[in-house]
Amino acid sequence: MKFIFERDTWQEIYGAIRKNKIRTIITVIGVTWGVFLFVVLLGMAKGLDNSFRSQFNDFATNTMFLWGQQTSMPNNGFKRGRGMQLTLDDVEALESQVSDIEYIAPRNVTGQWGTPPGQFVRGSKSGAFKVFGDYPTIDKVSKKKIFDGGRFINEEDIKYERKVCVIGEDIYKQFYDKEEEAIGDFVKINGIYFKVIGVYKPTQQGFEGDDSIFLPFTTFQTIFNQGRNISWMVITAKADKNIVNTEAKIKTALKRMHDVHPDDDQAFGSFNLGEEVAKVNGFLSGMRLITYIVGIATLIAGVIAIGNVLLITVKERTREIGVRRALGATPAEIRGQIMLESIMLTFIAGLIGFVFGTIVLWGVNSAIGNSDDVPILNPTVDFFAVVGALLSIVLLGTIIGLIPAQKAVSIKPIEALREE
Amino acid sequence: MIEIKDLHKSYQMGSNSLHVLKGINFSVKEGELVAIMGSSGSGKSTLLNILGMLDEADTGSYFLDQVPIKGLNETKAAQYRNKFLGFVFQSFNLINYKSALENVALPLYYQRKKRKERTEKAMEYLGKVSLAEWATHLPSELSGGQKQRVAIARALAADPKVLLADEPTGALDSKTSYEVMDIIQGINDEGKTILVVTHEEDIANMCKRIVHLKDGVIVEDKAVEQVRASQYV
Repeated sequence: MKFIFERDTWQEIYGAIRKNKIRTIITVIGVTWGVFLFVVLLGMAKGLDNSFRSQFNDFATNTMFLWGQQTSMPNNGFKRGRGMQLTLDDVEALESQVSDIEYIAPRNVTGQWGTPPGQFVRGSKSGAFKVFGDYPTIDKVSKKKIFDGGRFINEEDIKYERKVCVIGEDIYKQFYDKEEEAIGDFVKINGIYFKVIGVYKPTQQGFEGDDSIFLPFTTFQTIFNQGRNISWMVITAKADKNIVNTEAKIKTALKRMHDVHPDDDQAFGSFNLGEEVAKVNGFLSGMRLITYIVGIATLIAGVIAIGNVLLITVKERTREIGVRRALGATPAEIRGQIMLESIMLTFIAGLIGFVFGTIVLWGVNSAIGNSDDVPILNPTVDFFAVVGALLSIVLLGTIIGLIPAQKAVSIKPIEALREE
Repeated sequence: MIEIKDLHKSYQMGSNSLHVLKGINFSVKEGELVAIMGSSGSGKSTLLNILGMLDEADTGSYFLDQVPIKGLNETKAAQYRNKFLGFVFQSFNLINYKSALENVALPLYYQRKKRKERTEKAMEYLGKVSLAEWATHLPSELSGGQKQRVAIARALAADPKVLLADEPTGALDSKTSYEVMDIIQGINDEGKTILVVTHEEDIANMCKRIVHLKDGVIVEDKAVEQVRASQYV
């Protein structure tokens, strides 16, 4: 094994590789392409992964939505098909009865599900938009970006039923000139003056979009004459609780309070992100797995190509090998040389592929920037994945190099030197 | 230098066995220049291959410089070849992507000589065959005679005990052949033992002894008056 560290060995190999340029290039392309694909695929998958994660990060993943529907079973003398209306009483009851709850935020909306939208007027312009009545806690559950200078609804707004509103970025763009200050401005919503306290931009998909108006819950109640009714509620379970279990507990409590049959699954509708996150995670890990499989398969294909080309060249170099052996090369030296050629080629090819892959990822990253349109964020490859990949192709190169090396040694010098 | 006793060799050709060497007894002393002659199929190349440790005899003994050559594994054979023997082939067998100098230095590489020493030695032997100024040229840039001279320099580079030349002039015209033989004679004059396989009478006559092979046996072994190649050059 000593010969590996000798300069002469490498000069001999360098000579052989350099003097057989076309074969070297063809050989290298396979593995370069393989590693390139491997790196790019892995990077893209990572980028997608990062992007999904950053979206969910703003969203409490152990969050559920809950709304009233219609009963599907008769119970306690009530007919089936009875509409369920959630109220603030339910919210308060749940808060005190279900200890799993971290946040509970009742919400009201108009402009959704058949209710009329709010009329928004500023100066001579007007438009119809969805209007939400919300508690500040909603911002803990479903994060929004509030532009500089503004704020979201706070407890004081709720307490004093302040006529303040937070408007969406799109509304701002429609009603305000560029650079014009919206904060502190007064607008009319359904004929009542409101002060704009913030402009938001959603950071993930939701009901709100970027063209909704947020009012303090209490203000909404009064203006739209909701009494204690609510449209739905958003509940976040404590960090150590499983949202699926919490959902069951909450539904059981609600069924009891509303005289609903315990087995009636239709009375209350709900949706939780726990399941969604699990699905996305499953999807992402599935994709990662596919990436690895495709990447590794490509790598193997590349390495096999190297072995193939080396095998052919061994045939071409039969005479050379015969000469070398006549001149005193031992079988071990011949085997070592062919194998080192294989390893060297795979390694260099791998390195080139890695560099190109990284350049492409870097290019993709700078082309996308922080754009929200492309679901790819910071596409990088794990350092260990790359080192692992390089190590494994060197290993594969060694193994595959064994075949031509053995072939080279198996040719007797006398056969190699036989005149045609 | 070479001692061969009752050497037999047969090749298996499908179901037929081809008895190529049928009991060769033959010895070569140091400093001899021996031509091995014979028509094709006479067994002369087989004999040379056995002498060159590229092939092994079935029975019989072979001593090279008092070392028994028997049952060598490939590694040992390679080391012996490197130490004892220099080869010159009909088709030169230079490595086409190596320069003349690198080709000559190759046996020294397998002797694990240092690079500097290799280059110096190789240069020295290239000078011996008057090709010093062609050192950096690739074989494809050399004429046939030049290639064979490079091959001879390479065969000599490791300073072998015996030089084995298999039809060294087979691929050359007469004039170039004589040039090559002139060099071979010159080397022999310096004391190197040389065996030349040839089927050309004039080439054989440039040696000091001719061994005639026919159907696997030596039919004639005679000393000859050496014809100097230099007079034709």
